[in-house]
Amino acid sequence: MGSRASTLLRDEEIEEIKKETGFSHSQITRLYSRFTSLDKGENGTLSREDFQRIPELAINPLGDRIINAFFSEGEDQVNFRGFMRTLAHFRPIEDNEKSKDQNGPEPLNSRSNKLHFAFRLYDLDKDDKISRDELLQVLRMMVGVNISDEQLGSIADRTIQEADQDGDSAISFTEFVKVLEKVDVEQKMSIRFLH
Amino acid sequence: MFLLLPFDSLVVNLLGISLTVLFTLLLVFIIVPAIFGVSFGIRKIYMKTLLQIFQWATLRIERGAKEKNHPLYKPYANGIIAKEPTSLEEEIKEIRRSGSSKSLDTPEFELSDIFYFCRKGIETIMDDEVTKRFSAEELESWNLLSRTNYNFQYISLRLTVLWGLGVLVRYCFLLPLRIALAFTGISLLITGTTVVGYLPNGRCKEFLSKHVHLMCYRICVRALTAIITYHHRENRPRNGGICVANHTSPIDVIILASDGYYAMVGQVHGGLMGVIQRAMVKACPHVWFERSEVKDRHLVAKRLTEHVQDQSKLPILIFPEGTCINNTSVMMFKKGSFEIGATVYPVAIKYDPQFGDAFWNSSKYGMVTYLLRMMTSWAIVCSVWYLPPMIRQAEEDAVQFANRVKSAIARQGGLVDLLWDGGLKREKVKETFKEEQQKLYSKMIVGNHEDRSRS
Repeated sequence: MGSRASTLLRDEEIEEIKKETGFSHSQITRLYSRFTSLDKGENGTLSREDFQRIPELAINPLGDRIINAFFSEGEDQVNFRGFMRTLAHFRPIEDNEKSKDQNGPEPLNSRSNKLHFAFRLYDLDKDDKISRDELLQVLRMMVGVNISDEQLGSIADRTIQEADQDGDSAISFTEFVKVLEKVDVEQKMSIRFLH
Repeated sequence: MFLLLPFDSLVVNLLGISLTVLFTLLLVFIIVPAIFGVSFGIRKIYMKTLLQIFQWATLRIERGAKEKNHPLYKPYANGIIAKEPTSLEEEIKEIRRSGSSKSLDTPEFELSDIFYFCRKGIETIMDDEVTKRFSAEELESWNLLSRTNYNFQYISLRLTVLWGLGVLVRYCFLLPLRIALAFTGISLLITGTTVVGYLPNGRCKEFLSKHVHLMCYRICVRALTAIITYHHRENRPRNGGICVANHTSPIDVIILASDGYYAMVGQVHGGLMGVIQRAMVKACPHVWFERSEVKDRHLVAKRLTEHVQDQSKLPILIFPEGTCINNTSVMMFKKGSFEIGATVYPVAIKYDPQFGDAFWNSSKYGMVTYLLRMMTSWAIVCSVWYLPPMIRQAEEDAVQFANRVKSAIARQGGLVDLLWDGGLKREKVKETFKEEQQKLYSKMIVGNHEDRSRS
């Protein structure tokens, strides 16, 4: 099915996705081919099971959280537009984009949006704050059974203490950005295409 | 009514004559050479002509795309994104290094660690190494089969006519020819082996059995228009050995067995396969397992060991991947055949997908549909390399030996050597792999026991 990819995606759609995400024409057709090859049910949308079928993603400790990022609230199917919108966060920032005018909407792959994506991986209940509980849960996902509850708890406490500035024992997005201000987000949260 | 009568007999006569001519040609050019193992070279000429037509077709498509000013869809075999082969530890250290000036030797947790898992996860969503091995390989140039065309809005009129001609040739000429040959080959196999089975055991029976098998496999090879190039035939498997090869389709068996005399290993099937299996085992000892016996690994190992220890018995043919892979990579070899202790003769099989993709996607096509697709392709072109025999060394266990053989096969065939299990086609990946990742990461945030005791 994936081999018929480029013919099932109309030119207008490709243009719209190009404008919204910034991917090039060939990158979009290639990712569409990938989308259709993952879509085992051949109904134009991906479910969580379709993602979990990728072995390398299934062994990623945060695999489920990443899969979750593709689905909006209450939905369990994602179409190609949604798929591309999420992947757009990982497009590398090109030099000519940095000097673009500030009138248009912020591009999906800006530094701020990349950080927001990572923030949402921690923020389980989507209340724009990373509480101690949420941090503990995510840490538990990353380390499995190898660290005791007390140790993990002290790690979480220390992290919140270092980041928290307004004293609410939780990390807001602004505090998150402040902690990571020196990290090379543009490079570490970008995926380069070979062509 | 009256006028039709003379025409009737004319038509019948013409039909009779053309059928006779067809069958004579069949016999002379295909079946007789198959019996004696010689070749007229017709298939090689066919292949060369086809290649030239394909090149022309690809050029036309490229021209058509340029006129419309559209980029052409081109598949890339090496993946579409840049992946760095760095380890978990190195990557996370790098992320931390850019973020703070703290020393990197003390293990601790950073909020930025999540970037590593995040990016790795999204990379695998865009392009992963495993799932693409279970679907047919994409071709760089078009081979006039609609099943492999990704750019068909750029086809000109001339190209469409050529494609139409191709369809006519494949479905109306080649397909009936191939079905007739396949029918001949299979029925000769069944009757031949049954007849040989009545002979008393001895050298005469062995000789006849070998030649009946070879002859029928050669007819089947011609039924698929398989053009096979064998390399290093001096390394062909000998009695008491095990022949292992990478698996792409059931046709692999026919390809190998038409150049050598093997004992097959497999599960007993019902239907036509069952009839063929029962007939074959009358002429020479193959190893067929009942469905219930297959689960019992000890029983399987025992029977195989008994077989290889008997020097008079033929080399066993086994496909350790356990399932069909799309011939771009070699996946994990199951260690069972490598524990037996016999000499292993590795064989690498590489198909050229331009003339017809031999990969059997068993989740998409049943056996009959698959065989029909094979018989309506242009040809099956492949290369077979017989590698020098390998023996398990004293210091390696079965798994290491299996991996060594697998690497040799992958290297020779130009295939990617993967550690992933071919069973992932149908099953979920084991939890232990995720646990390994979690363990690695835990070390980074709390360190090993030794580190803790030092501080």
